[in-house]
Amino acid sequence: MSASELLALALDAASWALLVTGGLMLVIGAIGLLRFPDFYTRLHAGGVIDTLGADLMLLGMALQAGFSLVTVKLLLIGLFLFFTSPTSTHATANAAYFAGLRPVTADDGDKDGGPKPGEPA
Amino acid sequence: MFLAATIAVLVALALTLVRLFAGPSLYDRVLALNSVGTKTVLLIGLVGFLTERPEFLDIALLYALINFAGTFVILKFFRYRAVGDMAHQSMDTLSADTPRDPRGEDRR
Repeated sequence: MSASELLALALDAASWALLVTGGLMLVIGAIGLLRFPDFYTRLHAGGVIDTLGADLMLLGMALQAGFSLVTVKLLLIGLFLFFTSPTSTHATANAAYFAGLRPVTADDGDKDGGPKPGEPA
Repeated sequence: MFLAATIAVLVALALTLVRLFAGPSLYDRVLALNSVGTKTVLLIGLVGFLTERPEFLDIALLYALINFAGTFVILKFFRYRAVGDMAHQSMDTLSADTPRDPRGEDRR
């Protein structure tokens, strides 16, 4: 096996690993978004994991594309998402807090949206 | 390989859509909408690779920009009840001391 074939195999494996990890993270984040008890915990699941998952998938696609304009576009989207996703998460949290939505704490019981910690939803 | 990634994104998209329609508060919906937008960008890119037409990435880039702006416009609208000129708004609606909507539920 020549060196260039070995390099192509390594690139394939790396992009495969990045795509799988990114997809797994997106699914885990979506499950958290669905299952967590109140808005701020859902924000944590949706906002944090989506950023990393999306960037990993875009990086995996960039490795498949090789050196071309496609890679530049992918990296541009990745860079953009890397900065805008946390920004909009922060803006959403700020708007919710401003509107009077408060986090559910352990001594709130079940009077304020969602089950107690440890209880099934 | 791209097919597996596309299926993963579709599964995540379906779960996020459940949260988008279930609510319960307005901000849950905004969060889910933003998440759906991010996943749509990925989906457009992946479909571009699947069909071997990477020109789709231009659409994905544009969609990422619109999604970011859209989230902010929605949040601004629900905070000030206006998107453009806010000179006619009185200052008491802009104060954080008087929460207008204690649980942030949508009004239907």
